[in-house]
Amino acid sequence: MSFMQHDVPLTWYLLLSAVLFSLGVVGFLIKRNLITVFMSIELMLNAVNLSFVAFAYQWHAVKGQIFVFFVMMVAAAEAAVGLAIIIAVFRTRATLAVDRIDLMKL
Amino acid sequence: MHLILFFLFAGFCLAGAINLLWQTHPINSALSLIVVMTSLAVLYLLLGAEFLAIAQIIVYAGAVMVLFTFVVMLLNAGREERTLGSRAAARVGFPAVVVLLAVLATIILRAQGLASAHLGQGLTSDPNSSNLVLLSQVLFHELLLPFELTSVLILIAILGAVAIARREGSEVGGSERTAEK
Repeated sequence: MSFMQHDVPLTWYLLLSAVLFSLGVVGFLIKRNLITVFMSIELMLNAVNLSFVAFAYQWHAVKGQIFVFFVMMVAAAEAAVGLAIIIAVFRTRATLAVDRIDLMKL
Repeated sequence: MHLILFFLFAGFCLAGAINLLWQTHPINSALSLIVVMTSLAVLYLLLGAEFLAIAQIIVYAGAVMVLFTFVVMLLNAGREERTLGSRAAARVGFPAVVVLLAVLATIILRAQGLASAHLGQGLTSDPNSSNLVLLSQVLFHELLLPFELTSVLILIAILGAVAIARREGSEVGGSERTAEK
């Protein structure tokens, strides 16, 4: 069956990655909750990882996959510190709405 | 087979990402982000990155998302209030996103010489070697120092998280906390 033999062009993976990244940016702009804003950043990181893996496949490059591994480690560290900051913000301001956390706004 | 799996999990990915934007409750957003990350792991598997697929599930869908749901429940985060948002985001942000997506899509669609992914074919076609062997050879020989540095980075992040999230003036409040117990 020819349908079963069909390969997926890498272009589609890259397009999926671009769309996911854009959705992450949109989420960063429209979300009003500190935690979901942070989740949108994670979504963007994941989208970039997907394009790294796709290009590693294209060039048969191991280092592309290793870069994704390092991005994951840094993202884990970033999530830990970021969520600690969110807890500290909630403790002092008693809110998670980004509109009310405006102490540094001009 | 590859085509079906790709469409299925790319669809899950997009649906999860759109649901993340759609939901107003943070816990629903967190759960849809888990869907996105798990289906991304399947896509990694299709691209011959077995190690990254497992690491994605353990690190992202496991550890990071547990942290997220933990914080959502700890802070008792309720439904977010929909406000208009900042004017800068509406005027500059959304056109910028559209332009970004258009530019990226144009570049990707015009790119020449992109291969197509074949199931079961990874970084190497040598039957005696595997992706995992190649990956570990580079990671533990050539890039051993950066690998060890990330462990130091994680340690610093743990210490930083504890230091930031600790209650203000807990040295003074030590007796107070034992009194609470």
